[in-house]
Amino acid sequence: MPTNDAIRGRAARNALTIAAYAAVFGVSFGVLATSADLSVAQTCALSLLVFAGGAQFAVVGVLAAGGATAAAVVSGLLLNSRYLAFGMVVTPFLRGSVARRALGAQLLTDESAALALAEPDAREAVRTYWVTGVVLYLVWNAGTLVGALVGEAIGDPATLGLDAALPAAFLALLVPLLRDRPRRVAALAGAGLALLLTPVTPPGVPILAAALGGLAGLRVPGGTRDAR
Amino acid sequence: MSWAALLVLAAGTYACRAAGPLLLGGRELPPRLDAVLGLLPAALLAALVATQTFADGTALALDARAAGVAAAAVALWRGAPFVAVVLVGTVTAALLRLAGLP
Repeated sequence: MPTNDAIRGRAARNALTIAAYAAVFGVSFGVLATSADLSVAQTCALSLLVFAGGAQFAVVGVLAAGGATAAAVVSGLLLNSRYLAFGMVVTPFLRGSVARRALGAQLLTDESAALALAEPDAREAVRTYWVTGVVLYLVWNAGTLVGALVGEAIGDPATLGLDAALPAAFLALLVPLLRDRPRRVAALAGAGLALLLTPVTPPGVPILAAALGGLAGLRVPGGTRDAR
Repeated sequence: MSWAALLVLAAGTYACRAAGPLLLGGRELPPRLDAVLGLLPAALLAALVATQTFADGTALALDARAAGVAAAAVALWRGAPFVAVVLVGTVTAALLRLAGLP
């Protein structure tokens, strides 16, 4: 059995690792957003108000491909719809006044939820949720600002290979999700649909249509119903 | 991107986050909806990888960018961390462009 101190040490180490990752991730978001012609103010506003890496990258990705703003917003919202489910799971960590719950909800991320859920002690879980959330929020936004300022100074993103950075980042986010067959089927169907529709629909539409790939995954047995 | 669109995205995202803690107080989602929500990220991210790698406007293209993503996939398969994966993709594409590939 690990001692309480060992558990606390592990939680702190996990939070620090995730914070370091979020800093670099935030910088790359800032660079890519400004190279997709978002202003520094809008880039920072996305990180402050939306505070969801995958969706923010998706929005920038659709815009960079010449997609309509509406398509960018809808694909971002579809990605963030998973927070509906996560919100239910972390509700026990967010007891208290309305203000406390409202603030805690904004700190909900895949990471803060996952670390808190992994914590066996209930009081420690609450602390882990808040510490991870606050640290991630600060680091993510500081990284975004730095990246946005650096990105402004960079000229044509394609010369520097930055157009390959975004799909590489998506790939790195995608692979850990492909743990079971339904998700693999959903991913394959989504990618296939998107490529088929690319030549015949305006940019952005293929991404939205790919959401139907998620429905294809429903028909496959063998799903895990727990954390995603 | 307009500020109005940005605020719609922010408000929608916050609504998803806060629905559980503020409104439902821990009640469970219908299992069917829960299953769809679980599969959406994989479908959407895969579509983003595909289009960002091969789409050029409404045409499909095989260029330095695709080679960069392929190199990133190899790095990922070898267990490289996130930042290294992105860097490998970026540097590969940049070098191939320098060598004259489109």
